[in-house]
Amino acid sequence: MTETTISASGLNLTFQTNDGPVHALKDVNLEINKGDFVSFIGPSGCGKTTFLRCIAGLEMPTGGQISVNGMTPDEARRARAYGYVFQAAGLYPWRTIGGNIKLPLEIMGFSKAEQDERVGRVLDLVDLAGFEKKFPWQLSGGMQQRASIARALAFDADILLMDEPFGALDEIVRDHLNEQLLQLWARTEKTIGFVTHSIPEAVYLSTKIVVMSPRPGRITDVIDSPLPKERPLDIRDSAEFIAVAHRVRDGLRAGHVDD
Amino acid sequence: MDEESQGVCVKSLLPVLTVIAAILLFWVVSVVPMNMHLTADQAQRQDIAVTPDAPAARQEYSGIGLALRNTHLFAMTYTLDRPRLPSPHQVAVEMWDTIALKKITSRRSLVYHGWVTLSATLLGFAIGTGLGILLAVGIVYNKAMDMSVMPWAIASQTIPILALAPMIIVMLGSIGIQGLFPKAVISAYLSFFPVVVGMVKGLRSPDAMQLDLLRTYHASPAQGFWKLRLPASVPYLFASLKIGISASLVGAIVAELPTGARAGFGARMLVGDQYGQPMVTWAALFAAAITAAALVGMFSLMERWTLRRMGMQAA
Repeated sequence: MTETTISASGLNLTFQTNDGPVHALKDVNLEINKGDFVSFIGPSGCGKTTFLRCIAGLEMPTGGQISVNGMTPDEARRARAYGYVFQAAGLYPWRTIGGNIKLPLEIMGFSKAEQDERVGRVLDLVDLAGFEKKFPWQLSGGMQQRASIARALAFDADILLMDEPFGALDEIVRDHLNEQLLQLWARTEKTIGFVTHSIPEAVYLSTKIVVMSPRPGRITDVIDSPLPKERPLDIRDSAEFIAVAHRVRDGLRAGHVDD
Repeated sequence: MDEESQGVCVKSLLPVLTVIAAILLFWVVSVVPMNMHLTADQAQRQDIAVTPDAPAARQEYSGIGLALRNTHLFAMTYTLDRPRLPSPHQVAVEMWDTIALKKITSRRSLVYHGWVTLSATLLGFAIGTGLGILLAVGIVYNKAMDMSVMPWAIASQTIPILALAPMIIVMLGSIGIQGLFPKAVISAYLSFFPVVVGMVKGLRSPDAMQLDLLRTYHASPAQGFWKLRLPASVPYLFASLKIGISASLVGAIVAELPTGARAGFGARMLVGDQYGQPMVTWAALFAAAITAAALVGMFSLMERWTLRRMGMQAA
């Protein structure tokens, strides 16, 4: 029996701006099970990042219910239930890669020995062993983003929230990181929420694809992927993959009828 | 020093030397017309022919006009005992005499006077920097201070320090505080401002994403300060310190001027002025400029060393 990790029902969020209220999220209902890899895809302004931030307790919904690990998002944040990866790596330039990964560990009060052990372990996970003493500027953009993933993994939260983590990287690096991310997910069995603009990326990575559309931000389709858990890169040429991609594209187009 | 910075040094040396040479040339040329009236008076006393002959008639001429009529007096303009504008070599001789040849405990030693000013500068700078950082932290973390402190800080810098310095010294003197501390107060008054401005900007430099990251860790405000805001502000701090230390030196000198201080660069400048010894004034001026350059240079080196150790490059 699968257990629900994240559950949203009737979720609404309205921002008050100078141009009047903006409905960032309208009546969003979603269940995410433990161990799911869920992608949120949609055009700019569809609320996918806002929804992720609601899960993280960084935004307060103005209506509806949302729970994370059976708690409110704010309680979950205080309980350090998730690691968050931003679009930019956001490593501190004055800390080495190892020092950056230690940042959450220092804040959460892990012992020195435990910090060192964890830094070594997560650097292995993201394939950056040996880069502990380098400064961020000595690494490529893709390596920096991997380091920021390692930082989010370091304190063993069982949820990983990723907001377009590979959006700023070129396609070759992105393919490589997608493959690595799937391996990492298989090894750590985390629940992952992943925001993206890219249809192939969403289909390749996810067990569940949430298609969203803007004005107001809402869910238009939720697709449970029929693809197997084991996914080599060339699965993207298979008929099943193309069929899922098709359905995502249709969902995105349906959200645009009123434009 | 690595090869690249050596190359930069050699490349920047030529323009710097060119500018210095141009300034020296302008100075040397200016000495003749500036001192010509004095030289003509003195030449006449030594029975050297001067055109025009009558002192009153000479006052009708400009320095340049008089110089063109008395080219034979050019050499004399460089050797007056009390010139209006000393020549570079006269200043150099005075500096050599008072810096290298006098014992540093002597009241005629510029090193002695330099230390008097420098100690007030450093104390004032320490007070000003400390105060500046505290105010900046207050401004960044406290809404009320954010709204109220900055206008006062800006207003404080619009009051001419020359008007304020004697008041501070007299007031502190009347409650029995004299010597080093009142001068340091004026140094601090000038140096806290750049530190406040720089540190407010530096403490606010982390972007929304970096602040959100700390929220996802449920970090305390203190952790946010020590782990993010403070290290992020270091490059800004150094930029401010370099402005602050030279402002401190100016403050200490200004504090010595209006009160008849008996020691310090400011006192030497005043003595030179009042007793008609321009070389003394000029030597003190140059010594102060060299001191300021050395202090700023020291902070530049500290900046490079610190930022390199922090994995960042100096701006």
